[in-house]
Amino acid sequence: MPKRMMNNGVKKLLIENNTYLILLFLFIICSFLSDTFFSSMNIRNILLQQSAPILVAIGMLFVVLTGGIDLSVGSIMAVGAATTAILIRDLKIHFLLAMMISIAVGIVFGMFTGFLVAYGKFQGFVASLATMTIARGSAFVLTNGTPVKVEIGTLDNLVKKENMFPIIIIALAIVVIFALVQKFTGWGRIVIAIGSNITAVQLAGIRTKRFLLSVYAVSGALAALAGVFVAARSSTGSATVGQGQELDAIAACVIGGASLAGGRGNVIKTVAGALVLALIGNIMNLMAVPSYPQDIIKGFIIIAAVLLQIATNRSEETV
Amino acid sequence: MQSEYMLEMNHITKHFYGVKALSDVSLKIKPGEIHALVGENGAGKSTLMKILSGAYQKDGGQIIVNGEEAKILSPRDAKDLGLAVIYQEFMLAPDLTVAENIFIDNLAASGKFINWKDLKTKAKQQLIKLGFDDIDPGTRVGSLSVAYQQVIEICKCLTRNSRVLVLDEPTAVLTFSEIEKLFSVIQQLKNQGVSIIYISHRLEEVFELCDSVTVLKDGKYVDTVPVSTINKNDLVSMMIGREITQLFPTRDARIGKEILKVEDLKAGKSVCGVSFSIREGEIVGFSGLVGSGRTETMRALFGVDNVDSGKVTYFGEEILFKNPKQAIEHGFGLLPEDRKKQGLLLSQSIRMNTTLASMKKVKNMFDIINHKKEKAYVKELLASIATKYSSTEENANSLSGGNQQKIALAKWLAADCRCVVFDEPTRGVDVGAKTEIYKIMNTLAENGVGIIMISSEMTEIIGMCDRAVVMRHGTVAGEVDRSNLTEQSLIKFAMGV
Repeated sequence: MPKRMMNNGVKKLLIENNTYLILLFLFIICSFLSDTFFSSMNIRNILLQQSAPILVAIGMLFVVLTGGIDLSVGSIMAVGAATTAILIRDLKIHFLLAMMISIAVGIVFGMFTGFLVAYGKFQGFVASLATMTIARGSAFVLTNGTPVKVEIGTLDNLVKKENMFPIIIIALAIVVIFALVQKFTGWGRIVIAIGSNITAVQLAGIRTKRFLLSVYAVSGALAALAGVFVAARSSTGSATVGQGQELDAIAACVIGGASLAGGRGNVIKTVAGALVLALIGNIMNLMAVPSYPQDIIKGFIIIAAVLLQIATNRSEETV
Repeated sequence: MQSEYMLEMNHITKHFYGVKALSDVSLKIKPGEIHALVGENGAGKSTLMKILSGAYQKDGGQIIVNGEEAKILSPRDAKDLGLAVIYQEFMLAPDLTVAENIFIDNLAASGKFINWKDLKTKAKQQLIKLGFDDIDPGTRVGSLSVAYQQVIEICKCLTRNSRVLVLDEPTAVLTFSEIEKLFSVIQQLKNQGVSIIYISHRLEEVFELCDSVTVLKDGKYVDTVPVSTINKNDLVSMMIGREITQLFPTRDARIGKEILKVEDLKAGKSVCGVSFSIREGEIVGFSGLVGSGRTETMRALFGVDNVDSGKVTYFGEEILFKNPKQAIEHGFGLLPEDRKKQGLLLSQSIRMNTTLASMKKVKNMFDIINHKKEKAYVKELLASIATKYSSTEENANSLSGGNQQKIALAKWLAADCRCVVFDEPTRGVDVGAKTEIYKIMNTLAENGVGIIMISSEMTEIIGMCDRAVVMRHGTVAGEVDRSNLTEQSLIKFAMGV
């Protein structure tokens, strides 16, 4: 009997942490497949590249936790990138101030979606689809359709400054903060409760609309910041930044065990989900797999990850 | 061989997870007979009909259709045997036309393609047969009145050559003139030799329409008698006839001053002028039929649904709660009737469920929850109401119905309510847990909390309440005080006898 119980305990532990296991498995595979993978240079590049997608995925997670979806994040990235670049180029303001203003703009776009969802009773999919188009259009209008170059020594300070990598540090800090917010704050709890049963939450005297509004605002803010990161890496704000990023963000949430029906998901696991996608891309690059087949393989790996989630959820229910 | 009965259900039994829902129930219907099936809520009427329609499988007994033993394993089998059930919720596609709905399962009867003209003609014929030549088969069903939708539902069953038609509370949603029309349709069906099983809480309809009546009670068969040989009082006592056992714990009632006074409350279609009051430490039962407006009244008071007019005085203050948040801040709680859909976060932890309405107590001004404090608080609270669970981190759906209800209840205990509405608090809860829930209610009342208990179980109202308010058609039909609380008196008001 005790042995069996232990087996069950181990099984449960493996099931609950399957995202980490997938990540670890990929990491080992990648180390074997390529000599350059485990170099500090490559790891640093992965982290620099993934800082932006990770932020977007975290924002998406909170929307997904409520049972919604935010398709506008990729476009808001473009708005964030364009706003920052223009502010620095034309107004010569400090890049940190430009970053703050961009985040504020992202919040405005996010709240627009959130308002439609919470007060206009739009479905998240439809509302954010509209915002997606509006934001992408705005980014093109802002940049006049041509990438906005900023002077070296301004925005790229975010990427590398005296052997430090500020965007990695900022991303890490945000991951930690939101992991704590999810676990320890009333806000984090109510967001997940709304996704489980919004009626019950309303009947418990909680004004759910504000919370719905807030998750889209958070998602917009993080997307805009991610856009600033992308701009910083190339010292350019372009309206084409973040195309398709919303889908990678959703995939990261799902690989991380989130349910698109809401009520289930975890910040750290979502980060692991984003890294799973990143490793897949990275190893295929290192092995010189052309980009189009990469997409095909990525698609199948997403399916495999989700199948694993479904299978483990079933066994959870029968426990 | 022509048998005497069109349908015989003999000695049917059915269990749900060890609970007997039906034991040895029989029902026999002659061709062209209108047969009433009556009983209190939970008597087993709908379970029996679901077995007939193939939605449930019987555990024992025999079903004979037209002299032959029938195996009904799915709704399709029931349809092929000519058995049709019309539920209160219609099975219509509102965006399709009348003709499409009537022939929904057989649109292309004569080939691969739909002959629209033919379909419309056939639909029209069917409608004329029932005397509804004013319905255009090309109309969208969603644009028709409820009564006409019901006619479409009946037509749909008739085109499948149904020989037995079950009508479940068909008049609940109809106006008086519509009811008359429905009755004439039913009479016509009878003349065509269709057997009707008529389920209704409105006993006057049974006497007006039906030939014979079968009474069920607590999942058991009571009797079948011709309607002409009995009167309403006989029928009512057949439906009740139960002794109240020591299910209900005793309480030291200390009733204080008035805390809630509701005057002429109107909200939507279901609440049409409700007045009542609650005093400190009092348990007031709300009795009445399903759909009499009890739940809707409480939802309006709680601030969930909009109030059209009326005056509410709560602890001396005239106030209409704008939303549940405001109600809870004033110590007014509501335990909803459907704990799975409205009361609990089934996929979340017991801890999270328990403190959902009172998170303020366990978090600081920066919105940060003190998990240690919360766990201790939840444990203490759940222990005080004898909840069985293994860990506060366990999900709510791992608990039994009774313990789930206790978690839902604990939420309101944690919120320090001074007046709580319990909407069907013991539905789907086993007998042992029932008594425990009653004990919790008694403890609350002894501590001065005013309690409103909506219940469709009359024994519960009689066993627990100091006073009962009976609702009917969205208004208060009458009030019964403790000394006069009997099922007879409650039924009288509820049915307007």
